[in-house]
Amino acid sequence: MRELEAIAKRVRRHIITMTTAAGSGHPGGSLSCADILAALYGRILRHDPGNPTWPDRDRFVLSKGHAAPALYAVLAESGYLPVEELTSLRQLGSRLQGHPAAGSPPGIEMSSGSLGMGLSFGLGQALAARLDGRSYRVYCLLGDGDCNEGATWEAAMACGHHQVDNLTAIVDYNHIQNDGFSDYSRYPDTSHPQQAGGWVSEAGHTVNIMSLQPLAEKWRAFGWEVLEADGHDIAALVEALEKARTVKGKPAVIIARTVKGKGVSFMENNPAFHGKAASPQEAEKALAELA
Amino acid sequence: MTTRTAAATREALGPTLTRLAREGLDIVVVDADLGSSTTARQFGREFPGRFITVGVAEQNMVNVAAGLAAAGKTVFISTFAVFAPGRCFDQLRLGVAQPGLNVKLVASHAGIITGEDGASAQAIDDLALMLSLPGFRVVVPADVVEAEQAIEVAARTHGPFYIRTVRPKLPLVCDEAYRFALGKAHLLRSGKDVTLMAIGVMVKAALEAAELLAGEGIDCRVLNMASLKPLDEEAVLAAARETGAIVTAEDHLVHGGLGSLVAQTVVRRQPAPVAFVGMQDRYASSGRWDVLLEHYGLTPEKIAEAAREVLGQKGR
Repeated sequence: MRELEAIAKRVRRHIITMTTAAGSGHPGGSLSCADILAALYGRILRHDPGNPTWPDRDRFVLSKGHAAPALYAVLAESGYLPVEELTSLRQLGSRLQGHPAAGSPPGIEMSSGSLGMGLSFGLGQALAARLDGRSYRVYCLLGDGDCNEGATWEAAMACGHHQVDNLTAIVDYNHIQNDGFSDYSRYPDTSHPQQAGGWVSEAGHTVNIMSLQPLAEKWRAFGWEVLEADGHDIAALVEALEKARTVKGKPAVIIARTVKGKGVSFMENNPAFHGKAASPQEAEKALAELA
Repeated sequence: MTTRTAAATREALGPTLTRLAREGLDIVVVDADLGSSTTARQFGREFPGRFITVGVAEQNMVNVAAGLAAAGKTVFISTFAVFAPGRCFDQLRLGVAQPGLNVKLVASHAGIITGEDGASAQAIDDLALMLSLPGFRVVVPADVVEAEQAIEVAARTHGPFYIRTVRPKLPLVCDEAYRFALGKAHLLRSGKDVTLMAIGVMVKAALEAAELLAGEGIDCRVLNMASLKPLDEEAVLAAARETGAIVTAEDHLVHGGLGSLVAQTVVRRQPAPVAFVGMQDRYASSGRWDVLLEHYGLTPEKIAEAAREVLGQKGR
């Protein structure tokens, strides 16, 4: 686990360095899923960085495409691309677009960045494995915003209906999305009554944008086996991912309890860093915390 | 093949996919609960394992198809043209077009000739949407013979395709010896005074307009422009150069479809007067399909009128 934790820490450092070098990007949601990606790429996925189109590889689909920096970083740590290339993020001529483009670099399975598409794509891959008699598994990472999209629930219903037990979904459930807080659970100011519907706080965040609660019950109702884990406890994540692999006759989802911006004090639970890079001074402070 | 006189282009889908799968093509169909109407369901009867139902969920249909295609399958999806591209344009753009995946959308019930179901069922903007996606090939068969061939070409050519089919039975304009070629206009009638370019149901109307005009001593060239993308630019330029005037005709909005493509091509390289027959900037209503064509001016007479107009502008 120490090795996986070290990968996660390096991924976090890359995320800060890359987005600050680019001057834009999505550090918050990238930091949120760093431990999940370390567990997947370091332990769970059957993959070969030397042969990224190996037909029997496990597929990882990043539905929350704005977390591209985290994915590029873990791919670099795994050997899919040179670590030095990471700072080319978002520049003309780079293979590393602001949101993932399929095959760029090899190892990126799907173009994403418009939310709500990944689970459908994952289902297609899972069904192809079934048709071809292949044993690979499909892993799909979703965020809060993904779970707002109707298409995600079309896919969730279809995954349950087709009983794809070679697919695992993971929800990076940090309760924050683009404009602010998805519900009240992570909203720190308790002086306001918890009214229905969204509203704009004095700090300029939208509060209670679209609550996903009760999330586990929703997935269960769509025919899924639901597991829950601390999304920053790599041992717990590995255990849940291994358990998901043993579920038969239905798909499994892991609801990972996460903190947006995890690992950098001033980014944690702060919607401001959903889609904004740290300034060079802030990055220095962040990297010191991640030393 | 038996000799046919009329059939709906949508009727080509199920039988053609079944035949191609029998021949060994690794085809998978994803169906959003309209396979009975688009005829895709016929494939499911013979290849049940490769017929994947997703219910009335077009967005999911497109990206499930993308996932299957990324794993090496030749994937056909079909529904009504109002729903795809209409309901799932974003999925077609990012899920299929951008990565260039091997997904073929065969959308039926296109145009106002869908008829009695009314405006909500009549796709008149689908070509504008699909022509805007880099990498998509766009084909509008004029009859069932051409539809069968276009579907086969799509199945055997890697990459995204949009094929537009229709609900009513249309008279055949291609004989059984005809061979559809991607990027090639189909010359149906030679002529030197004006060129009538048409797609779908309007191909037959253009031929009838040419007959009307022949009675007035006007010699029309008639081109079936089934392959909208890639467009046969050489045929368009030759028409502009050799006949000096063009009329386009389509069961679609006059902007964003055949007319726009032709105008853009002509303006850039061989300026000539062009007139546009199609749906003006409005929605149609319920009605029998032939009555609708008459009411909204998608007729041989209107094509002939437009031809006289551009003839009058020639060489000004």
